[in-house]
Amino acid sequence: MLEWILSALIVIGAFFTLVGSIGLYKLPDFFMRLHGPTKATTLGVGAILIASVLYFSFTTSDISLHEVLITLFLFITAPISAHLMAKAALHIRLKRVGRTREPADN
Amino acid sequence: MREPVKKFFPHPVLTLVLWGVWLLLHDTVAPGHLVLGFILAFSISLLTSGFWEEKVCIRAPLILLRFLGIVLWDILVANVTVAKLILGRSGKLKPGFFYVELDIQTPVGISILANTISLTPGTVSCDLTEDRTRLLVHALHVEDIPAMVKQIKERYEAPLKEVFTEC
Amino acid sequence: MLATALLIAFSLVILALLLSFIRLAIGPDVPDRILALDTLYINAIALLILAGLHFGSSLYFEAALLIAVMGFVGTVAFSKYLLRGDIME
Repeated sequence: MLEWILSALIVIGAFFTLVGSIGLYKLPDFFMRLHGPTKATTLGVGAILIASVLYFSFTTSDISLHEVLITLFLFITAPISAHLMAKAALHIRLKRVGRTREPADN
Repeated sequence: MREPVKKFFPHPVLTLVLWGVWLLLHDTVAPGHLVLGFILAFSISLLTSGFWEEKVCIRAPLILLRFLGIVLWDILVANVTVAKLILGRSGKLKPGFFYVELDIQTPVGISILANTISLTPGTVSCDLTEDRTRLLVHALHVEDIPAMVKQIKERYEAPLKEVFTEC
Repeated sequence: MLATALLIAFSLVILALLLSFIRLAIGPDVPDRILALDTLYINAIALLILAGLHFGSSLYFEAALLIAVMGFVGTVAFSKYLLRGDIME
């Protein structure tokens, strides 16, 4: 039973990590590419880390929780780095895809 | 809060978080690490208290917990939605920038709101205007901009406004 | 069962690394490359955790945590450089 849950978590996590990179590879402009990695990878790495917590807690005698630190850290830092990268891209006036709607008053 | 407690624990939340992180890093609750971690957490928060200019007050912790639950659920849904959008035809996506007018005033509240927006459905917060009244947001795919702004304000900003207020 | 799942996961994450690497190489602009590097860090963390599971060792955790911390600092430094022209103020 545990093995099924672990396997499912691992494959789901790896799949979302891949989706993030596919988004990075195929979307047409920078601001759209930003969405792939910031979202898909947090859940992707999160699922793999939960699998790691379960695995080490059940195979060894004591509970292993330190993987939670990486998840916590990624959930705090991913939006911050996304925000900074977007700000930098706006600052150097990176071009967007033509169909992007601009804010009403800018 | 009583005066001596306030003097030695200027930021009780920070002390608790530091202690928790130390114990997680060492992956143990051995008495030695409990004591060492507490000494470190206590002295670090005392020494750095000068750098934290504004006080953070958390009112209504239950609303905060409910908010965290909503956000975690939204992150799960957002991931599936964004995965579908990415794997679908990218030619059909309608990206757009829009401003969200902020009612929330405290810096902590604004930064948590911006982080929440970045973590949830297809939106990334890009910039905050100088006067801290408007947040520029980019959406990967948006049909109806006013509806999305309304959703952000009702779902995320309203509870945050109740939790983080001026002290 | 677990071994097969790990094998599938390894191939998916390595494919992800490859795609991020292509984006890093083709750019076309500086922010794209910063974003590709950031994604590479996160893919590397996933790969390290998978390796830890595969070898049954928790030593890989330390490396993953270091990459997470250093990757974040690196991304912030690059973005700050673009924003202001220098890193420290």
